[in-house]
Amino acid sequence: MPDVSFVGRSLPPGAPYRVGREKIREFALAIGEGASVCHDVAAAQAAGYPDLVAPPTFPVTFTMPAIEAFLRDPAFGWDYSRMVHGDQSIALHRPIHGGDDLVTTIHVDDLTTRGGSHMLRLRCEVADAEGAPVATTHALLVTQADPA
Amino acid sequence: MTDLSGVAVGDELPPVSVRVTRADLVRYAGASGDFNPIHWSDRVATGVGLPGVIAHGMLTMALAGRVVTEWVGDPGAVCSYGVRFTRPVVVPDDDEGALVEFSGKVSELTETDDGSRVARIAVTARFDGKTVLSRAVAEVRLPKE
Repeated sequence: MPDVSFVGRSLPPGAPYRVGREKIREFALAIGEGASVCHDVAAAQAAGYPDLVAPPTFPVTFTMPAIEAFLRDPAFGWDYSRMVHGDQSIALHRPIHGGDDLVTTIHVDDLTTRGGSHMLRLRCEVADAEGAPVATTHALLVTQADPA
Repeated sequence: MTDLSGVAVGDELPPVSVRVTRADLVRYAGASGDFNPIHWSDRVATGVGLPGVIAHGMLTMALAGRVVTEWVGDPGAVCSYGVRFTRPVVVPDDDEGALVEFSGKVSELTETDDGSRVARIAVTARFDGKTVLSRAVAEVRLPKE
């Protein structure tokens, strides 16, 4: 049974994640995103960006590992092996680009148990090195409740 | 890139079709860092009650997002994007993979304080005749005219 006392809390921010050019290219390739601003630095700069632009769903590459570490922590009591992803949203307050140093803070927004499932709502607030907001992500994660 | 000067509510975006293979799942696992074995091991996938290896929901979401980014031409123009995962995309261990078909439609146009236009796009994703994402909506800033 997950520990409901986590609801309403935020976890300590993680270490800064450096957005790498090659990671953007690798991610864009993996999703078939061919836009030149994701691959060609000169094209990105010509479009007004300081470096390669990350595709919109790129934040999962650094938010999901942080979430996974939390969910695998026995202190929270979550069954990670049977987890499914219910929904996901990503708000980008500005485009993420190569060279960004991003800090993710996980907020445990809600945890309910219904119909034999635990439903967990997590929010990640992503900020740059100066603390300015860059992205906000919301995820609904679902796992089976223990048989009664 | 499409000419976006005359965008209107109801406009349909050019569709995108993708054949997702096991190789694509392996590549996405590495690129995203999501190594959950249900996305590469039939043994583990069937062991947790799935019909077989399934695509990462986030991969399906990312592929669906290409309907929007290929239309607007700039992934940096996307301000928000959200989906609900309703059905898994089962990816067979063959060369054909799973055919997933994406489409999108302009559902709303708004003007922001700085005079730029934001289009709300309703995206659909179908696999095996069924919807695999619901409430898939992206908001994208249109280029200034």
